[in-house]
Amino acid sequence: MKQAQHCQVTHDKIQANPKFQELVSKRTAFSWTLTVVMLAIYFGFILLIAYGKAFLGQSLSGGVTTVGFPIGVGVILSAIVLTGIYVRRANTEFDELNRQILEEAR
Amino acid sequence: MNFNKLALAALLAIGGTLAATAAFAAGADMGAAEKQATNWHAIIMFVIFVGMTLGITYWASKKNKTAADFYAAGGGITGFQNGLAIAGDYMSAASFLGISALVYGSGFDGLIFSVGWLVGWPIILFLIAERLRNLGKFTFADVASYRLAQGPVRIFAATGALIVVIFYLIGQMVGAGQLIKLLFGLDYLMAVIAVGALMMIYVTFGGMTATTWVQIIKACMLLGGATFIAFGVMSHFGFSFEALFAKAVEVHPKKTAIMAPGSLVTNPVDAISLGLTLMFGTAGLPHILMRFFTVPNAKEARKSVFYATGFIGYFYILTFIIGFGAITMVATDPQYLDAAKGGLNLKGGGNMPAIWLAHAIGGDMFLGFISAVAFATILAVVSGLTLAGASAISHDLYASVFARGRTSEGTEVMVSKIASLGLGVIAVILGVIFEKQNVAFIVALTFSIAASATFPVLVMSMFSKSLTTKGAVIGGYIGLIGSVGCVILSKVVWVQSFGYKDPLFPFVYPTLFTMPAAFLGCYLFSIMDNSDRAKAERAAYPAQAIRSETGLGAEGAAAH
Repeated sequence: MKQAQHCQVTHDKIQANPKFQELVSKRTAFSWTLTVVMLAIYFGFILLIAYGKAFLGQSLSGGVTTVGFPIGVGVILSAIVLTGIYVRRANTEFDELNRQILEEAR
Repeated sequence: MNFNKLALAALLAIGGTLAATAAFAAGADMGAAEKQATNWHAIIMFVIFVGMTLGITYWASKKNKTAADFYAAGGGITGFQNGLAIAGDYMSAASFLGISALVYGSGFDGLIFSVGWLVGWPIILFLIAERLRNLGKFTFADVASYRLAQGPVRIFAATGALIVVIFYLIGQMVGAGQLIKLLFGLDYLMAVIAVGALMMIYVTFGGMTATTWVQIIKACMLLGGATFIAFGVMSHFGFSFEALFAKAVEVHPKKTAIMAPGSLVTNPVDAISLGLTLMFGTAGLPHILMRFFTVPNAKEARKSVFYATGFIGYFYILTFIIGFGAITMVATDPQYLDAAKGGLNLKGGGNMPAIWLAHAIGGDMFLGFISAVAFATILAVVSGLTLAGASAISHDLYASVFARGRTSEGTEVMVSKIASLGLGVIAVILGVIFEKQNVAFIVALTFSIAASATFPVLVMSMFSKSLTTKGAVIGGYIGLIGSVGCVILSKVVWVQSFGYKDPLFPFVYPTLFTMPAAFLGCYLFSIMDNSDRAKAERAAYPAQAIRSETGLGAEGAAAH
């Protein structure tokens, strides 16, 4: 019972902490922005496959290699880069904010 | 013939429980053993791998004391290790053999699958990974049911998980059957039984610890082996993609058509639906979601996705080089071609380009290594799947629904082990029934179920304040029944398996329709729900959000 009360106090403190609101809104905005970027890249690629077969199939520089290959590989690399961007910011900025929130709620 | 017996003897010496396999094999038809003279290396490396993994299983069984050890390796896996294990769990035989086979057959189109299978990972990181780790204990149903009614939500989640696990297992079993048939000249049935038996040993005795290390070892072997093949191909062409592609176009019957998108995607609805399926299906696979409970905190969960995305992306680029390498170096060599069928058809069936390319590049020794790797791949994936399926049965259905929490950890783990054995038997039976299907397509179909049923409910439970039990369950079943129904009525099953003339569902992938329907169902039935329970569930959201966002109270979840 005592623990439940203690828990409730901690929750209220966190809820009232402007840093918590800041963390949630910043991280949510960042997550969804990156999600939309990834969706745009990927579905751009898919729509090109559906509607731009001729574009993807044209020669890149006169040889048999087509435009589609660097684009496809680029989509793969973009996925790796985007996860890297997220992890970098989360490991520093968000984790620090999170640490402060938990610290202040004690 | 002697080699077959020797392989079986070695198997027996290591795994006593495989005795049944030997009894069958004694009278088996050895007619398919056309490659027996080259099998020594394969057999030795296969035996080394099995020995190693069984050693790990023995070590893990000593460490397994609590339910957390069994389901989540005690939460003691680091982000890097988990990244490798996720890659090992995810890079299935379907990706290695199936995608390279797809590239071998139609070139550029193979890229559509590999790209789709990768882009789900950033989504998992951005939206799911950290929240999943903060809210859950052993299964994703822990998260979905966090503030909802345990019974109905867990029954839905377990149903979805089990269907995905079983469909996915079918794809793996078919790959296993093909491979060992070729490697040992064993009957398809014997091969499938051997895989089933080994996976049951890993999971029942070693739990998540053994499964994780089997996946890590396999990931290293697969990445190493694929790198070597791709390096061999590229060095053969002076590290010029142009030279590789030029040769491929010259020898492939489809000529320059292999350099552009072709017949795989025929209309925009199918194209977008395929994209949604591959992308969000990844984020709804129970065996993948389960891996996030093996790390100690959200930070390690996050790091594991970054490493996993890097390894998997690199691997897909390699499979692409391997597919084109097979066109240039395997399709041009009569020793690999099935002369009776003609064209590009290979000995051993449609999934063999990568295997034969390994032989073309590294000879018998390397063929042996790659065969062992491909086999290890299958074992690692089926182990992860079986554990996920078993935990859905024991942790979700048995402990939370049937016993309503009034059970001991020991009993729950025991139920899980029995469930693993049951799933092993089911996998073997279905592996036989689905022998003739292309594995890449079977896997794609399981993804539409994961994307349409599991993913919407999981995301709504994390992000929607208004979600109630009623909404989650109705929305979830709309996605589940809709996707299973559409898949059955689509060409792949209705026409190709049941033999009807025309499909009743005109598209290949239902996700474009079923995923939004599930989201909408979750939302509408939640906001229309004004019961007292619904109000209490909504009132519990802020507390869930605090744990979900900050990890407060989650630190000890897996350790306990």
